[in-house]
Parts: sequence; C-alpha cells; structure tokens
Amino acid sequence: MLGLLQRLLGQETQSSKKIAKERLRLVLVHDRADVSPHFFEALKNDLVEVISKYMEIDTRRLEVKLHNSPEAVALVANIPVLGMKKNYGS
Amino acid sequence: MGKVVVITSGKGGVGKTTAVANIGTALAQLGQQVVMVDTDIGLRNLDVVVGLENRIVYNLVDAVKGRCRLRQALVRDKHLENLFLLPAAQTEDKTAVTAEQMVELCRELKQDYDFVLIDSPAGIEQGFANAVAGAEQAVVITTPEVAAVRDADRVIGLLESRGLKEPQLIINRIRPDMVRRGDMMDMDDILDILAIRLLGIIPEDEHIVVSTNRGEPAVWDKGSRAGLAFRNISRRLMGEEVPLLPIFNHGGLVQRLRRLMGLK
Repeated sequence: MLGLLQRLLGQETQSSKKIAKERLRLVLVHDRADVSPHFFEALKNDLVEVISKYMEIDTRRLEVKLHNSPEAVALVANIPVLGMKKNYGS
Repeated sequence: MGKVVVITSGKGGVGKTTAVANIGTALAQLGQQVVMVDTDIGLRNLDVVVGLENRIVYNLVDAVKGRCRLRQALVRDKHLENLFLLPAAQTEDKTAVTAEQMVELCRELKQDYDFVLIDSPAGIEQGFANAVAGAEQAVVITTPEVAAVRDADRVIGLLESRGLKEPQLIINRIRPDMVRRGDMMDMDDILDILAIRLLGIIPEDEHIVVSTNRGEPAVWDKGSRAGLAFRNISRRLMGEEVPLLPIFNHGGLVQRLRRLMGLK
C-alpha cells in the first residue's frame, strides 16, 4: 500500500528503468566514440584548425580524450598555447 | 519489382527469426508474394519456426553455387501458396557464400516476389555482411535491455555506413506492466537513445512459445497480441498507417493519474 502511495506521488526510489537508461547512455557515448578508430584523429585535426586561427599551439603535445566518471562523460582537451595571433580569425 | 528487407539485431536471442517468420507470414496473408531467406548458415532456425524443416531438399548455398536452380531450393509454405522459404545450409559455414553472391541472389528474387525478407545471423561479422549485402531496407530489432539496445546502436551505425539509410526499429518483448512500474525501458526511452524511426512494438506474449513449439507463426493465432502487433507491422511495411496497439499508447491507470496530477 505504501509502495502504491509512493508511486502515486512519484516518490519511489530510483526505478531500475532509470538506472538502465543512464547506464545505456554512458556506454553509448564510449561505443559511438570508438566506432571509428579515426574519431579522435579527426576531432583533433578539426580542433587544431579552428584554434590555430586564434592562437599558436603546440600540436605535438596536444591531448584530447574522454574523461569518464560514474555520473558523466566529459571531453577533456589539453592544448599547450605558444602564443596569441594578432590578426585572429583570418 | 519487390523490396529486399533485412531484419537484424547484433545481439542474439532478441527475436529476429520469430519476427521474420511472423512478418513474412502476415505479408503473405495480405496477398503479397513473399520469400524468407535464412542467412544463418550453419545454425539454421527459420525452417523450424515456420514448420518447414521436413520439406527441405536444397538450400541457399546449393542455389548460390549452382548445385540446383533457385526455384528448386525454395520451400513452399504449408498453408500459403504465395509464401516461400529459402533455407540456410546446416553443414557449411558463413564463408560458403560471398556478399556479391548475395547481391545477385536478392536481385533475382525481387524480380518474382513483392517482399524478400532476409533473416540475419547474430553478430557483425561475415554472416551479417552477407545478410545486408543485397538489402535495400533494414529493420533493426531489439528488446528493452541495456545490452540489446547497445548492440542495436552499433548495428544501426554499421547499416548506415553501408548505405542502408534510415533503418527502422522493432522493440520486442515489452511488458507493459513492468514499464508502468518503472522497471523496464519503454518505447520513448529507447527511441530517444537510438534516434531512429519506429516500425512497431511487440508485447511479451506466451503465444509465441506455443506457436514456435507448433511451427505455426503467431500471426495465425487471432488471440495473440504479439501476432496482432506483427500483422500491424506488416501492414506498415506495405505503406499503410496503422496506430500502435492501445496498450502502448496511454500507459496504465496509475501513469494516467500521475500525468493528470502533473507528476509525470
């Protein structure tokens, strides 16, 4: 009876469906990134191209990866800056 | 000129063969000329699901390798004269045919049939590559579980990279009672994640077990909800607009109440 009341009021403990959905979402972020082995290469190249319009960067020490924690997946890019461009955007 | 539709899933055991048997039978009941092709070479199953295991003389590999004429390898259904099965070989393996041979086979079959339904093996290796090679339309089937949806996502990506754009999704074995309790992912959760068009939803149904035991697809059983869902899917494949079964449209009383109270 309490269970039914809680359900009516939407206060149930986290449903297993929500857990499933969240786990699925996280696993797919990784799967989709892994589908192409060139994914990170392509992403890096595009990042370099865009950022190079504004800054001089050290492309050899550039690092791009997915950071994985239980709650979220983040894209972490470590891009050493060598200097700013004066005529940026061109 | 007919359509070649592949039914695939990535994960095994989610209902590909059952879906092909039921959709094929339902399309034939609707008057279409249908051939079902089992491409699971070495592990053939479709023949037993449609109850034709005792009538097989030649198989897919025989036909492709020219050991018989294509016509000779086709097994006519027991009840419907416009429904045929092209069985897989049981004693060979997936390398027995090539993708090019499958393309040629499908091209020939669609001259004579309105629907060529390809039952794909599980996995994403050569058997999968063969199954999709000659297809021009793809249906992905999944169940509401993390592993099955994950594999479906992978397969959707592979299909699209092979030029099979806009695959459609069947969600199999949904239990509306568990969905209402919040213990099973529902249609919206899965569509949200996969970003794909829905072809239909099949409720979990004991009739499927019974009909598979008998070798008579559930679409023959007027009392089977899964059978009805498969008949609706077949009509959709023919271009008709058919609404989802009511059990999937509104949810249960509790859910409706909660929605009314703004708690959803």
